[in-house]
Amino acid sequence: MISYQKPSSGAHIGANKTVNQIMWQVVLALMPATAFGLWLFGWPAWHTFLLTVAAALFFEAFCLRLQNKPVKPALMDCSALVTGWLLAMSLPPWSPWWLCVTGSALAIILGKHVYGGLGQNLFNPAMLARVALLISFPVEMTTWPNISPLFFSASPGLVESWHITLSGITQPDAVTGATTLGYVKTEFSQNRVLSEILQDYSATLNFIGWTRGSLGETSTLLIALGGLWLIKQNIIRWHIPLSLLATITVLASLFHLLDSEHYVSPFLHLNSGALMLIAFFIATDYVTSPNTPIGQIVFGIGCGLLIFVIRTWGAYPEGAGFAVLLMNSATPLIDYYIKPRIYGRDRKGKPLEIPKS
Amino acid sequence: MLSLFSAKPKIRGGVHAEEHKAETAHQAIVRNFPLPKKLYIPLQQHVGKPAEPLIRVGDTVLKGQLLAYSQGMISAPVHAPSSGLIVDVNDYPAPHPSALPIRMIVLETDGKDEWCETALVDDPFQLLPEDISLRVGAAGIVGLGGAVFPTAVKLNMGRENRIDTLIINGAECEPYLSCDDRLMQENAEQIIDGVRLMLHGMETHHAVVAIEDNKPAAFQAMQAAAAAFANIKVMQIPTRYPMGWDRQLIGYVTGREVPVGCRSSEVGVTIHNIGTAYATHNAIRYGKALVSRVVTVSGGAVAKPMNVEVPIGTLMSEVLAFCGVDTAMTARIVMGGPMMGDSLPHSGVPTVKATSGILALTATEIRNTQEQPCIRCASCITVCPAGLRPLDMANHIRVNQLDAAVEIGLKDCISCGCCSYICPSNIPLVHYFKYAAGEVAARQQAQHKSEQTKKLMEARNARLERIAEQQRLEEEARAAAKRERERLKAEQTEVA
Repeated sequence: MISYQKPSSGAHIGANKTVNQIMWQVVLALMPATAFGLWLFGWPAWHTFLLTVAAALFFEAFCLRLQNKPVKPALMDCSALVTGWLLAMSLPPWSPWWLCVTGSALAIILGKHVYGGLGQNLFNPAMLARVALLISFPVEMTTWPNISPLFFSASPGLVESWHITLSGITQPDAVTGATTLGYVKTEFSQNRVLSEILQDYSATLNFIGWTRGSLGETSTLLIALGGLWLIKQNIIRWHIPLSLLATITVLASLFHLLDSEHYVSPFLHLNSGALMLIAFFIATDYVTSPNTPIGQIVFGIGCGLLIFVIRTWGAYPEGAGFAVLLMNSATPLIDYYIKPRIYGRDRKGKPLEIPKS
Repeated sequence: MLSLFSAKPKIRGGVHAEEHKAETAHQAIVRNFPLPKKLYIPLQQHVGKPAEPLIRVGDTVLKGQLLAYSQGMISAPVHAPSSGLIVDVNDYPAPHPSALPIRMIVLETDGKDEWCETALVDDPFQLLPEDISLRVGAAGIVGLGGAVFPTAVKLNMGRENRIDTLIINGAECEPYLSCDDRLMQENAEQIIDGVRLMLHGMETHHAVVAIEDNKPAAFQAMQAAAAAFANIKVMQIPTRYPMGWDRQLIGYVTGREVPVGCRSSEVGVTIHNIGTAYATHNAIRYGKALVSRVVTVSGGAVAKPMNVEVPIGTLMSEVLAFCGVDTAMTARIVMGGPMMGDSLPHSGVPTVKATSGILALTATEIRNTQEQPCIRCASCITVCPAGLRPLDMANHIRVNQLDAAVEIGLKDCISCGCCSYICPSNIPLVHYFKYAAGEVAARQQAQHKSEQTKKLMEARNARLERIAEQQRLEEEARAAAKRERERLKAEQTEVA
C-alpha cells in the first residue's frame, strides 16, 4: 500500500505554460525593435534602457521587501522586467537618468504595488508612468534626438553619452528635432497644409524606423513582426490589435478622403508614434484589458477612436498613452456588461426554455 | 427556438492535453488478472441510496450472486465478484479523496470463481421493454463512464419522455484512459448488441455512437459491427477535451442545448457509455451481473501500463502491483482520468464500478502546485466549456463572497478541470469551486436546519399557548359552575 498526502482536485496534469514563460516570450518579441532602437540612437539610448529596467527591478524588490514578501520568486516572474522594458521603449532615447528612475518608480510603485501587486492594477503601469512623466516633464519627454547610430563618427561617444545621461543634452537645438506627428501638429498651427508639410516625409524610412521618436517605437516593421509572432505563439489574441488598428485606419481614411490637406493619411497614422507598440504590447496587457473576445474588440475600438481623436483634435500630437489609460479605466465596466453566455442559460442568466418538439 | 436546432454549434472551450493513450491503446485487454484473496465490495458504488446487504458473515456465495439489494427509486444492487466466503460487513476506506470509511462487504475468495446459475434468454427482443429495464437494474448496471447513475432508471426515463436519439458516448476524452477504446476494438459486436437492447428497453429507434477521431481502429470496428443496423449510426467527433461531457456531445451530435436544471431526456436525448452498453449485453443475453470492469492502469510510475479486467472490490494496490508500479516514483494516485479523476490519499481502496482508470503519476507529470498571482490572462474563460468566468469566481471565493460566486455561475461549473489545466499561475481553480460548492451546500443546510428549528419552536409555543388558553377556559367554566352551584344552594336555603 502506498500512501500520499494532500489530495487535490483535478486537473492533475497541466499545460506547460507559466507566467514566467509568457513574460519571456513578450521580451523576446520586443527584442528586435529594442535592438534596433539601441543601435539607432547610440550609447545614450543604452543608458536610458538599462537605467529604466534596472530601476524597475529595484523598485519591485523594494516594494516586495516593504511588504515582507519573498523577493526572488516575484522578480523571477519577469513582470517587472517587462514593465521596465516597455517604459524604456516609450521614453525619449536620450532621457536624463532621473527621468528613467522617476518613470520606473511611478510605474512600479504607483502603477502596480499601490493596487496590490501583479494582476491587481487598473492601469497599465508603463503607460501610467509615461503619461505622468509627459504631464510633469513635458520638455524632457518631447526632446527627440536626431538619428545617431552606434559607431558613426557623428554619434556621441561613450564619455559624451554619460554626460548626456547625467547632466542633459548640452546643445539641444543642434542634435534634436521633432517627430513626424509633432511636426505635423506644429505646422498645422502655422496654417500650412499637408502637401507642403510632408514634402520630405518618407514612408519607407518611417516604416523601417529611420526616424526620430521614442527609443523602441520608431520601427513599425519590427514591432509589428514581434506582435504578430506573439499572436502566433498564442500569447496575445488578435482581437485588440486588429480592432484598434482597423478603427484608426477606417477613421483616418474617411477624414483623409474628405479633406486630404488637413487630415493625415491612414498610412501615416499607422506608421508613426506609439501606435504599433500600443496595439500589440500595451493594449493587449492581460491585467488591464477585458477578458472576453467581444470585450476586447470593444476595448480596441475605444482605444483606436481615442487615439485618433486626440491626435487629430487634441493638444498633444500623440494620444496613445492617454487613450489606453482611459480605456483601462473602462475595462471593469466592459467586463461587467460583456461576458460569455453560460451553457443552458440565456444572455441574462435565465435558464433556457425547454424546446417543444 | 429554431436556432437551437438549426446550425451545428461550435465546440465551446476545451483543451487538448497530451494524450498518453498510446501506452495502453495498442495492446489487448489483459483478462487473466490473478484472483485476489480478498475483495472489498462497497455497498454504495452508484448515485443514490446505498444497497442493503442480505447476506450474513459466514455465508458462502457464488460469483454473480446478489449480495445487497437496491433500495428506493434511485439505487443499484451489488453482486459477488467471485465465489467464496463472506468474512465481514464493516467500514473500510472508500475510493474517495478523503478515504473515509464506508460500509463494505468483504469476500474471501475460494479460487474456484464459480458462477451462480444464470438465465439465458433466447430472444431478448421478445421481452417487454420494462423487462429490459428490470433485468438491467437487477444486474447492478450503472453508468460506467464515471457518473455511475443507475442505468435502469435512465432507461425508464427514456420510455417516459419521448426520446428520439440515444447517444452512445465513446469519446473517452480524458487523457491516459483507453479502456473504452480497447473495448470497442475487441467487443464491437457485443457493444452494438447492447445498444440495440437499450434502444428496445427505451422504445427509441435511433442511436448514434460518437467516437473521438483519435481512435480510428475503434471507429472502424464499431462501424463494421453496426453496418447491419440502419438505425445505429457511428460517427467521428473532434478530439477535444471535454468532448465526452454529455452536454457537449448532445450539442455536437444533435445541435440541441439542454437548459439549466433540465435532464437531457427533456430535449429528447439520452446518453449511455460504451462500457454500459457492453454490460447491458452481458446482463440481458447471459444474465450476468456487473461484477468486473476494464480499468486502464497507466501513468509514468507504471512499468507495464495496460487495460486489465479486474473483479469489483480488488484493492487498487494489488492492481498497481500487478502492473509493476514504482512506488518511489509515484507522486499522486488518481482514480479516473487526470482531468476529472480523484486523487487518492493511498491505494488501499477497492476498485469500484466507477473506476475507469488507476493512474500512478510521477512528479514531472502532475501539475505544478506553486501558485502565483492571477494575471487575468483569461485563458480559463477561453477554455471553459460552460461559458463561465473562473478567474472572477475564484476571486470571489478567495474573499469568501460565496453568494457572489454562485451569482456568476458557480453552480453551472462541471468541474471538468480545463481552467486548472490551462492556468499559467497554477491556481487550483477547480479546488476553489469544489470547496465553495460544498460550503454553499453546508450553509444552505445549516440555514434549512435553523429554519426548521424555528418552525418547531413556533409550533411548540403555539401549542403551549393553546393549552394555556384551554386551561383558562376550563378554569372559567369551573368557576362559573361553582358560582351556579352556590347560587342554587343559596336559593334552596332561602326556600327552606
